[in-house]
Amino acid sequence: MKKEDIPQDKSALDKFTKELCYAVDSSGNYVTGLSRGWDVKATALDLTWQDIDKRIAEVKQKVLNKEASPLLFFLELRLMDLTILAAYSGFWQWQIKRHMKPEVFEKLSKRKLEKYAKAFNVSVEQLKTMNVNAE
Amino acid sequence: MQNEFKHLQAAHCENGVTTNLLKNIGVTITEPLAFGIGSGLFYIYIPFLKINNGPAIAFRTMPGNIFKRTCKSLGIPVVRKKFSSEKDAEKFLMECVAAKQPVGCQVGVYYLTYFPKEYRFHFNAHNLIVYGKEGDNFLISDPVMEDVTTLSSFELERVRFAKGPFAPKGQLYYPKEHTQVTEEQLKKAIVKGIKLNVRDMLHIPGNIAGVKGIRYTANKIKKWRDTLGLEKAGLYLAQLVRMQEEIGTGGGGFRYIYGAFLQQAQAYHPNAPLMDLSKKFTQSGDLWRSAAVQASGIYKGRITAQQDFNVMADYLFEIAELEKQAFTSLSKIKW
Repeated sequence: MKKEDIPQDKSALDKFTKELCYAVDSSGNYVTGLSRGWDVKATALDLTWQDIDKRIAEVKQKVLNKEASPLLFFLELRLMDLTILAAYSGFWQWQIKRHMKPEVFEKLSKRKLEKYAKAFNVSVEQLKTMNVNAE
Repeated sequence: MQNEFKHLQAAHCENGVTTNLLKNIGVTITEPLAFGIGSGLFYIYIPFLKINNGPAIAFRTMPGNIFKRTCKSLGIPVVRKKFSSEKDAEKFLMECVAAKQPVGCQVGVYYLTYFPKEYRFHFNAHNLIVYGKEGDNFLISDPVMEDVTTLSSFELERVRFAKGPFAPKGQLYYPKEHTQVTEEQLKKAIVKGIKLNVRDMLHIPGNIAGVKGIRYTANKIKKWRDTLGLEKAGLYLAQLVRMQEEIGTGGGGFRYIYGAFLQQAQAYHPNAPLMDLSKKFTQSGDLWRSAAVQASGIYKGRITAQQDFNVMADYLFEIAELEKQAFTSLSKIKW
């Protein structure tokens, strides 16, 4: 890549930082330059987030239909998978899978709910109601 | 409690931490030299592992390796610690801060408050430097950021004890003492770094890593349209591009850094054709970028035929061949 070709496209990095890139100058020597972003990867990131938002909406509906417990919703909302949730909550994966059933979730003790709430960085009330800002 | 620490922006976090910590003990090397001596260039596609519902692909060596290998090659002793308790981790960090010892820390990016939200995933192999503390705030030099920043003690602890794959467990590291590195040592370290990279890219067993891994991915991509359907194939390609180009990881970017490394290494090895070989890596970086553009055409829904996937795969075949040639030439150099 030539130095003058370092992309300067609008990206989520605006207001945060610019990225350092290595590129060659007119005499073929490597130099560094700053990039504001690159449309190609900004779109890749956008697409990933569209997919995440879509999945969050889907599982929210599933929970409302009583097909799953709110744990499934928060799993998607917090971009986690079972491995990560197990590590944050201290539960085994098979326990989490069981707690994903609405009827099992409803009978969970306060202590267990608190563990999940902490893992998802929400209150127990929010955990039960899914009433939470996307932030 | 601030020392004369000077922040340095880098293209990649571990290179940056390595370069900066070494500079702090009086060993002046550039980011490309740290990357090359640490044999940072790599490629692996792990078919049985998924990250964020997409394929697991890495363009660089295992986290921690660049710092470890660079220091080892230069004969610099290293302190590296992991902790089981958060209290012990904080206590040790405070001792370093009191001793004005900047330390590299491995962290997760999910709760990294100074990163844009869009970039925060459960990726636990980011690196930054803690170089001081003011009130409750730790002074942070994150090499991918233009400027220094801060994290509260709670925020820093949370990212140092992020959970999941590559959980950092409060890991921190730094060069143990001030050492003199001679030009002779640097020359040798460069050769060692190149040889290790030749091994990793050409001779690693199996077909998912190194040059063969790039070909493996190309063959997969050809089938994605049929096996995954257009929507999911698009998401997979987006993931490939993100792994290739996202902040703190870089992929096409890594090829350019390696090109810069070979150029700078030329000064230490005037008789080796490193300037020429540097061009091959520039070319490879350019091809990775063209591949990303092709991929974006697909995930934007602009081009969606099987032929377009084939073109994408062909870029990767071309890259594999080019990098194979480049590393083969490097392996034949009589130093």
